[in-house]
Amino acid sequence: MRRRNFLGSTAALGGLGLLTACAPGSDGGDGGSEAPAPAADEVDTDIAALGDITLTVWDQEVRGAQNDAIEALIGSFQEKYPNVTIDRNSQSFDDLQQQTGLALSGNDVPDVLQVNNARGDMGTFVADGLLTDLTGYAEAYGWADRFTPSVLGKMSYSSDGVTFGEGSLYGLAQTGEVCGIYYSQKKLDALGLAAPTTWDEVFSLVEAAAAADEQPIMLGNLDQWPALHVFGPLQANFVPAETIVTLGMGNAGADWTTDDNLAALSQLAEWGASGALGDSPNGLAYDDAWPLFTEGTGVLLIGGSWLGPDMEAVMGEDLRFMAPPAGADGKVATTGGTGIPFSVPSAAANPAAAAAFIDFITSDEAMAMIAENGGMPVNRTAELAPDSGVNKDIYEAFDAVSTEGTLLPYLDYATPSFADTAGATLQEVIGGQAEPAAAAEALQEDYGAFTEGS
Amino acid sequence: MASSTTGRRAPARLPARRRPRPSAVARSAATPYLFILPAFLVYGAFALYPLGRAAQFSLFEWKGFGSSTFVGLRNYLDLAGDADFRAAIANALILIVFYAVIPLVVGLVLAAVLRRGQVRGMGFFRTVVFLPQVIALVVVAVAWRQIYSPNGLLNEALRAVGLDVLTRGWLGDPGTALAAVGFIGTWVEMGLVMLLLLSGMSRIPAEQFEAARLDGANAVQEFFAITLPAVRGEITVALVLTIIAALKTFDLVYMTTSGGPGNSTTVPSFEAYFRAFELREVGSASAVAIVLTLLIFVINVGVSRIGEREA
Repeated sequence: MRRRNFLGSTAALGGLGLLTACAPGSDGGDGGSEAPAPAADEVDTDIAALGDITLTVWDQEVRGAQNDAIEALIGSFQEKYPNVTIDRNSQSFDDLQQQTGLALSGNDVPDVLQVNNARGDMGTFVADGLLTDLTGYAEAYGWADRFTPSVLGKMSYSSDGVTFGEGSLYGLAQTGEVCGIYYSQKKLDALGLAAPTTWDEVFSLVEAAAAADEQPIMLGNLDQWPALHVFGPLQANFVPAETIVTLGMGNAGADWTTDDNLAALSQLAEWGASGALGDSPNGLAYDDAWPLFTEGTGVLLIGGSWLGPDMEAVMGEDLRFMAPPAGADGKVATTGGTGIPFSVPSAAANPAAAAAFIDFITSDEAMAMIAENGGMPVNRTAELAPDSGVNKDIYEAFDAVSTEGTLLPYLDYATPSFADTAGATLQEVIGGQAEPAAAAEALQEDYGAFTEGS
Repeated sequence: MASSTTGRRAPARLPARRRPRPSAVARSAATPYLFILPAFLVYGAFALYPLGRAAQFSLFEWKGFGSSTFVGLRNYLDLAGDADFRAAIANALILIVFYAVIPLVVGLVLAAVLRRGQVRGMGFFRTVVFLPQVIALVVVAVAWRQIYSPNGLLNEALRAVGLDVLTRGWLGDPGTALAAVGFIGTWVEMGLVMLLLLSGMSRIPAEQFEAARLDGANAVQEFFAITLPAVRGEITVALVLTIIAALKTFDLVYMTTSGGPGNSTTVPSFEAYFRAFELREVGSASAVAIVLTLLIFVINVGVSRIGEREA
C-alpha cells in the first residue's frame, strides 16, 4: 500500500511538473516588435571609446582563401581598435547553419554571426525578431554607396519576414559568388575545341568529350546540394531570368511545371542518363569530386567560384573559368550572389562594435585584402581583378554577370524545405529514378504550397 | 518480583545498549527509495526529464525559438500520412536485418568454430574482431564512404577481378545505397555479437560436449543441442543491443548519404534531426523521436520476452 502510494505520488508529481512546465519557447518573446532597429543618428560609431570589450564572431569562412582573408581582416581590426578583442569561432557552413537557430534563441549570443540569406534561415529569424535591423548603421556608415541595390536586396527582408528582396537590411556580405564553368585548357586543346560561347557549343562539347572517352562534366552529388549549382546555370538557358528569380526567392507568380522548366530538367536527366556527369555522380562526395577534377578526371566542372583558388593550387594555368554562355534572354544569367552575410543578433552584447566590424570587413580596403588573399570581393571586383590565373577569369565573370546580366538566387532560398526538396529531386533526375515531369511536379508542390500559404 | 522483572527486561535492554536503535529514518518504509534517490536524480535529470519535454514538444508547433502553438496530436496524425516518415520506418526495419540478424547468424557460426579450434593468439584475434566497435562511427563512415565511392576500393577490387559490370557508386544508387549503409552496420556489430557469444560459449562445461560426442553427435548436432540453448541469454542481449543500434542509426546515414539518393536511406533519427534543425519543425521532430522510442521499446520488450520464456 505504502509503496503504491509512493510510486503514485511520484508519478503524479512528475505529471504535474510536465503539465505546468511552460510551453516551449513561450519565454522567448513574441515576434518582430522587439527587434532593435536603431536610427542612423542613434548609432554609436566611436568604437575606441567603448573600453575593453570582447567581440564574439561566429563564421563559416573555413576554406583556405576565405580563412586567410578573414584572419587578416581580424588582425587589422584589432590593430585599429586595440580595445577590442575578437573571439572567433569558425566552423563549416553546415555545422554553423544547424546551430544558428539554437544560438539565436539563447541568451548568450555571438555579436556577429553569419546567417544564410535563405528564407528558411534569415527570413525565419527576421520574422521572429532575432536579428538587428541594420538600416540605421547602413546610413551612418554609407553602405549604400559601396553596394549595389541588387546585392543589398539579397540581404533585405520586410520586418515581418514575408517579402524577400526589399525592406530592411539584416546582414552584409563581403564576398561575391558566382556559379560558372571550370574547364581544363589542356583537355579542350586535346579535343581541338575552344571555350564554348553558346549553350549549344556546351552541349556539343559534352558529346565530343564523351566520344573521346573523357568524362565530360565532373560532379560529386552525394551531398544532394551540388546539383543545384549545375542546374541553376543550365536552367537559365531555357527559362527567362525573371522567372527564375521569382522561383528562387519564393515570391508568388511563377510555376515549375512550365515547358521551359521541363526542358531544363530534361537536359539534366539526359546528362545523367548518358553518363555526361560521370558513372555515378550521386555516389561521389562533393569534396572528393573537385580533387578528382584537378587530377585529370573530367573536362568541365560546373560549380561555384569558391572552388577556384584551391583547384588552381593543383592545376595552375591549366584551370580556366567562364560565366555560362548567354541564356534564354540573350543575356548572361547564372546562380550566384553574395557570400553568407554577417548579421548582428538582436541580443548581441556589443551591437555598435559588431556593426563597426561588419563595416570594416566590407570596406574598400577590406575588398583589396580579400582579393590579395585569393577570395572574390563583392565590390570593386573588376578593378581588383588579378593579372592572371583563374581568379582573373572569375572576377571578370562575376563583374560581367552582375553588371550586364542577372545574378540568379540560389534555388534553395525559395522555401524552408526547398533545399531538401530540390536536392532529393535533382538527385533522382540525374539518377533516372524520377521523370522530369514528375520532378517538376515535386518542385512545384513545395514552391506552390509555400507561396500560396504566405 | 523485582529481579524477575529486570530479568525479563534485561534481554530486551542489553542488545539495545550494544546496538543503538535504528533511527526513525532507517525504519521508515521510504528508506529503500532514499538509496535509489541519487541514481534516480541523475537518471531523471538526464533521461526522464528530456523524454518528458520531448513528449510535451511533440504536442506543439514550434520553430525551436519564439512562440509556440498547442496543436494536440496533430503532429502524430501528420506522421501517419507522411510518406517520408513511413519510408524512414521501413528503412529502419530493413536495417535490423543488417545490424542484428546477419551479425547474429554469422557471429554464431564464427563463435562456434572459434570455440572448437584452439587458436594461438586468440586474444589478438578477439581484439581485431572487436575493433570496429571502438572506432568512432563518424570515422567508420568516412572510411566506408571512400570504399564505396565510384573510384573506391570496392570498385577497384571488382574491376581487378573482371566484374566491371557490377561497379557503381554504391551510395548513389537507390538499389544499393541502403544495403551499403546496412553492411557498414553489419561490420560494426559483428565483433560485439561474436564476443558476447564467445564468452557465453566458454561457460559451457566441456563434459557436455564430451557426453554428446560419446552419444555419437556430430558437430552440427552438438551446436543445436548444446551450444545454441546455452547461449540463449547472450543471444537476447546481443539482439537487444544491435536492434537498438539499428533503429537509432544516425551518424552513418548523416555522414554517408544524408538520407539520399532521393529519400532512399532516410531513417527515423535522421528525420528527427532534419525536421528539428533544417525545417525547424521541432514539434514534428519530437513526434518522430517519441514514435521511434516507442518502437524500440516495443520491439525489445518482445525480444526479451521471447528470450526469457524459452530459457
